[in-house]
Amino acid sequence: MKQKPKIIIMSGYGLNCEEETKFAFEWAGGQADIVHLNDLISKPKILKDYQVLAFPGGFSYGDDTGSGKAYANKFKNHLAKELQEFLSRDTLVIGICNGFQIATNLGILPGGLTFNKNGKYIDRWVDLKVTGESPWLMGIKKLSLPIAHGEGHYVISAHEYAKMQKSKQIAFVYEKGNICKFQNLEKNPNGSDYDIAGVLSYNGRVLGLMPHPERGMFSHQSPLWYINKKGAREGQGLQIFRNAIKYFNK
Amino acid sequence: MISRIYVISKGKANFVDSYLITHKFSNEKIQKIAKALTNPVLEDFSINKFPKIIKFSYVIEIGYKPGVTDNVGHTTEETICDLFHMKNDGQFAVYASKIFIISKSSKPEEVKKIALSLHNPLIERSYIASFSEIQKTKGLPLKAPQVILEKTLPVIEVPLKNFTDEELENTGKLGILDRNGSRRGPLALDLPSMQVIKEHFLGLKRNPIDIELEALAQTWSEHCKHTIFANPIDDIKDGLYKTYIKGATNLIRKQKGKKDFCVSVFSDNSGGIIFDNDYLITHKVETHNSPSALDPFGGAITGIVGVNRDTIGFGMGAKPVANVYGFCFGNPEDKRKFYRDKSLTQLMLPPKRIMDGVVKGINSGGNCSGIPTLNGFLKFDDRYRGKPLVFAGTIGLIPRKINGKLSHLKKAKVGDYIVVAGGRVGLDGIHGATFSSVATDSNSPAAAVQIGDPITQKKLSDAIVKEVRDLGLYNSITDNGAGGISCSIAEMAKECGGAKVDLEKVPLKYPGLRPWEIWISESQERMTLSIPKSKWKIFKNLMDSRGVEATIVGTFTDSEKCIVEYKGKKIMDIDMDFLHDGLPKHQLLTSPFIEKHSEPVLNNKKSYTAELERLLGQKNISGFSFVSGQYDHEVQASSVLKPLSGQGRINTDAQVFNPVLNSKKGIVVTSSTYPSYGDISTYDMASCAIDTAIRNTISAGGKLSNIAILDNFCWCSSNDPKRLYQLTEAVKACYDTAVGFGTPFISGKDSMFNDFKGYDEKGNPVAISVPPTLLISALSVMPNFNKTVSPEFKSSGDVIYILGETYDELGGGEYFKMLGYVGNAVPKVDVRKHIKIYKALEQTIEKELVASAISINSGGLAIALAKASLGGMIGCNVSIKNLPGTASSPEVKLFSESQGRILVSVSHKNVSAFEKIIKNIPHAKIGKVSKDKNFVITDKMKLAELNAKKLHTIYHNFSNKNK
Repeated sequence: MKQKPKIIIMSGYGLNCEEETKFAFEWAGGQADIVHLNDLISKPKILKDYQVLAFPGGFSYGDDTGSGKAYANKFKNHLAKELQEFLSRDTLVIGICNGFQIATNLGILPGGLTFNKNGKYIDRWVDLKVTGESPWLMGIKKLSLPIAHGEGHYVISAHEYAKMQKSKQIAFVYEKGNICKFQNLEKNPNGSDYDIAGVLSYNGRVLGLMPHPERGMFSHQSPLWYINKKGAREGQGLQIFRNAIKYFNK
Repeated sequence: MISRIYVISKGKANFVDSYLITHKFSNEKIQKIAKALTNPVLEDFSINKFPKIIKFSYVIEIGYKPGVTDNVGHTTEETICDLFHMKNDGQFAVYASKIFIISKSSKPEEVKKIALSLHNPLIERSYIASFSEIQKTKGLPLKAPQVILEKTLPVIEVPLKNFTDEELENTGKLGILDRNGSRRGPLALDLPSMQVIKEHFLGLKRNPIDIELEALAQTWSEHCKHTIFANPIDDIKDGLYKTYIKGATNLIRKQKGKKDFCVSVFSDNSGGIIFDNDYLITHKVETHNSPSALDPFGGAITGIVGVNRDTIGFGMGAKPVANVYGFCFGNPEDKRKFYRDKSLTQLMLPPKRIMDGVVKGINSGGNCSGIPTLNGFLKFDDRYRGKPLVFAGTIGLIPRKINGKLSHLKKAKVGDYIVVAGGRVGLDGIHGATFSSVATDSNSPAAAVQIGDPITQKKLSDAIVKEVRDLGLYNSITDNGAGGISCSIAEMAKECGGAKVDLEKVPLKYPGLRPWEIWISESQERMTLSIPKSKWKIFKNLMDSRGVEATIVGTFTDSEKCIVEYKGKKIMDIDMDFLHDGLPKHQLLTSPFIEKHSEPVLNNKKSYTAELERLLGQKNISGFSFVSGQYDHEVQASSVLKPLSGQGRINTDAQVFNPVLNSKKGIVVTSSTYPSYGDISTYDMASCAIDTAIRNTISAGGKLSNIAILDNFCWCSSNDPKRLYQLTEAVKACYDTAVGFGTPFISGKDSMFNDFKGYDEKGNPVAISVPPTLLISALSVMPNFNKTVSPEFKSSGDVIYILGETYDELGGGEYFKMLGYVGNAVPKVDVRKHIKIYKALEQTIEKELVASAISINSGGLAIALAKASLGGMIGCNVSIKNLPGTASSPEVKLFSESQGRILVSVSHKNVSAFEKIIKNIPHAKIGKVSKDKNFVITDKMKLAELNAKKLHTIYHNFSNKNK
C-alpha cells in the first residue's frame, strides 16, 4: 500500500491547537508530526520530508506586538529559505486562526488581520460560503465552523480584493446560514472586509482561515447536534483535511 | 542610548503602541527592529518622533510601573534577539506602553479623569501630554521605568529574645521592623505563635534571622496550614476538616469498596479520580479574592494560571483540559466610594471596574493557555463590595501509568537537585499568603499583586506535560503558589527529609532583592522539581530548546533541616518538624445563634406575569453570555454540551466535554452555591449546594454512582464564634449530604477572612464582610457522551413533566430577595427521597427517553420553564394545578426553590417507556411544548402569559448591556 502523506504541524510559544489538528489529519488518512519551532530551526532539512505544512491555532506569544507577528518573525529569521523551498514544491500549507495570522505576517498570504470590530474576543459558530478554488476546498460549497479569536478582522485594499476575486483567491466568506438563522446571529462577527473568512495563494495550495475546521470535525461539536443526534459521527470540518490527503493520493 | 518606536494602525486610530528601548544599537538596527514590529498591511511606524495625526488635544500614555511584569516588552526583547541572532545579557531592555489619543478638545481635569479610568495606579503609570507639548518635544519623554532598589542590609537579625508581648504582637501583625523604621508587611502570626517562635529560638540560644521568621510566617499561615479547619473546635477534637470533610470521603470510599473511583485525594495539588483504564481525571478549584480586590485583572489572571499549575503539579504532571470560574461581585451600579485608609487616599475600585477587570483576567489567562473555559457563574450581592470572590478551577488529564509507574505517586530523593523552572523572581507577590489570611485594609501590601504571564507558563506547561514527564527526568514536582519556593521546597523536602538551598542561584527579574524576598516571593509561572544528578543535563537542554529557563537552586537532603545559604553564608537553619508542626494548636469555640427574619405578605394575585418578567431579569438569574461568549470553550476540540445552549443561547448549569478524542467517555462538570440561604441556615445552604450540583450533573447525563465533589469555603471574620458556629453547621451538612449521596470530596480550599475594613467618603470607619459562601463543584465521568441531554425544549408536542416535590420554601430565595425579604423557610434536602428521583432520571436518560432536562434552581419552577422555553425559542402550555408536595399557593408553586426537582420534556413516542420508569417517584405531567412561541402557565386560572421572544429579550438584557 502506498505511503500516507506526511504533515508537519508547528508548535511552541503558545500555539495550542496542534493536538486536535494532528487528530484531524490522521483521521483523514495522513501521518502528522507535531514539531516545535526550535526543533525545526535546529534541523531545517526535515521540512523536505513533508507534503503539508500546518500552522495550527493558538495564542503564539500571547498576541504581544500583534497576533502572529512574533512567531512569524522567528520563523522568517531562521527558516525563510526553507519555507520558499517548501512552497516551490507541489506542497500544501494551511494556517488556522493564529496560524492564519502567522501566515499573513510571513507574507505567504495577502492581507492582514486586526482587532474584532467590538474589540472583544469572540467564541461562536459561523456559516461559510466557499468562493475560491483550491485543493483544500474540493467538493465543499457551504459549511459551518466555530471561530474563537480577538483579532479576526481581515483587512485588504479594494484593489487587491478585485485581483483576488478574479483569481479565485477568496476561500470563504461569512454568510447568514443555518447557524446564524438558528441562533439569530450576525453573519460577520469580526467586521472583516468583504466578509472574508479565509484566503488562498500559490494557486490555492496555501489556505488561511479564521474558523477552526478541527473544531467541526465531529458532528457533536455543532450547536445543531441536539436537534438530531442520530447523524454521522463526522462533522463538516473534516472534509478540508480529507481534501489535503486526497490531493496526494490522487 | 534610549529610543522610542511608535507603531500606529493605518486609517483611523485611537491609540499608538510604544516601545521604549534602552540599547547600544545602530540607527539602521533600530530601523530593522521597527520594521519587525510593524505589519506593513495594517500599520506604520515612526522612531523618536510622534506619528503624524491630524489633530488631537491630549495623549495619555499607560505603561506598567517599574518591576511589574511587562509581557509585550519581553516578547519584543525575544523578537530582537531572533532578529540579530543574539542573546540579551542586559545589553538592552524594552518597555512597552499604549498611548491613547484624545481627539476632542478637553479640559486638563477631564483628561486626568479619563487617565484614571484607563489604568490602575497600583501597577500602572500614566503620563499626560498636550498637543502643544508633543509639538515642542516631537515625542514623549525618553525615560525608562527601571527598578532601582535602595541598598539595604541584605540580612538582619530580629531581636525576639528581648521582645515584650506587645512587640511580638506588632511584629506578627505589621511585620518585621526594617532598619529604615518601616514595617515589612503582615506576617499574620498571632501572639501565641510568636511566643512559640520566641521560645524555640531561646532554646537555640540565638535570635531568628529575618528570613527564618518570614519562612515560618508563610508555612504557618492560615492560607497554607488552614488552621481554622485543623484546630480543635468545641468538642470536635480532630478539627472540622479531618472529622467531616476527609471523614466523609474515607467513609464513602470504604462503602464503595471495589467501586471506589478515588485515586489521589487531599494529598496533592489537585484531587484525582479514575477516568478509564488508561487515564485519571483531576480537579482543583482555588480562590483569588484579596488580590482581585486590589488589581482585578492581575488577581484573576494569576488565579486561573495559578490553578493551572495545581494541575501540572498533580502527581508527575497532569495536562489541563478544562477551566472553570465563579465570580461574586458587588452590584455594578453601586456608586458609593470606600477607602482603605483614614486619610481617604487609597480608593477602593468600584464593583463595575472589578467585574470588568476580573472577567478580562480569566479571558486572558484561559484563552492564551489553550484551555477551554466551560463552567462558570456570576453572583451579585452588596456584601461582596469589600472583597469580591473569584473562584478559578482546572480539570486535568494524566495517564494512570507513566513508564510503568503509577503517575500519581512522587517522591523527591536524597541527593536530587532542587530545580526551579519557568519565570524569574521579582518583588511581585511578597506576602501574598499572609496577606490573604487577614482583612484588606491600608496595610495591605501593594507588592502582593502579581500579573500572570500565560505564555511563559504555556511554554513551561507544554514542556513538562507533553515532553519531559514521559521521559522520566524527575522524581517529584510541585507548583509555586502562595509562599513561593519557601513553601514548595519545604513541602517537597518532607518527601525525603530535608533540603539545602543556595539562594543566590535563584534567577531574578532585576538586581537588589533581599534574600528573604527571594525566598517568599510569589512571582508566577514557576514549578519546583526534584531531578536526579544524572538526568539534569538532558532536562536542561530540553528546557532550553523550549525557551524555558531552568536553574539548580539546591539539593534535597535527609538532614531533617531546611537550610538556606546566601553567598556561602548560612541564613536559615530550621528543623523540618518545627517548620511544619511547630505551629501551636488552639481550641476554637463557637456560639450558636438563630436569626429570625421578617416574612413578606403573600397576596395571591390573579397574574404573576410581571413578577416572572422582573425575576428573570435579576442579575443572579439572567444570562451572562457576555462572559461565556468571550471565553474559548471549543479549544482542544472536546466540547459536547457548551456553556451556551440552544437557539436562545441559555447558560447551561452543567457542561460536558470529552478530553480523549477517540474515546466515547465524557466528563460532566458543574458547580453550585447559595450564599443567601446562609442568612437563614448555613447547614441548609451547604446541603442545597451539594444537592443542586448533583442534580445539575445528572440532568446533563452524569451518574450518581460516579460523582466527585469539591468544597470551597469563603468565610468572613473567622475569629468570631458566631461565624465559627455557621462554619461548623455548614461542614456538618457537607458530611451528612455527601455521605448520604455517596459523593466523596476529592479536594477543597478555604479562604477564611474575606473582610474589608476601611472608611466611607466622610471618613467614618466601615466594615464589609462577605456572606458565608460555600461553592460546591462536581465532576462525573459518563460512559457515552452521545447520551448528553441539553436543558432547552426541543420540539412542539413534547410532553413536559416535573420530577420531585414542591414545598413552601421561598426563604433565602431569589423571589423573596426581589421583594426585599429574606424569610425563614429555607429549602431543605431529603437525601433518601432525592436519590430515588435522581436514579430514575438517570435511567430515563440512559435509555435516551429524554428530550430536555433542566435542574430547578434559583427562581423556582417558573424560571426553569422560562429558560427551557427561551432556550429552545419555543413556547409551552403548562398547568401547575397538581404539583407533588404541599405548596400552598400559586405564588409558591411558581417561585419556591424546593430542592430535588427537575423539569423534563419527553417526545411522544417515548412517553410510555418514560412513565414506566418514573411511576414510583413523585412526579406530574404538567403540559406540552407548544407549536408557536406562546408561553402560558395556568393553575386554577391563567397565572402567566408571555412568549419565548419576550423571555429571550429579558433574559439577555443584563448581558447585552455589558457587551
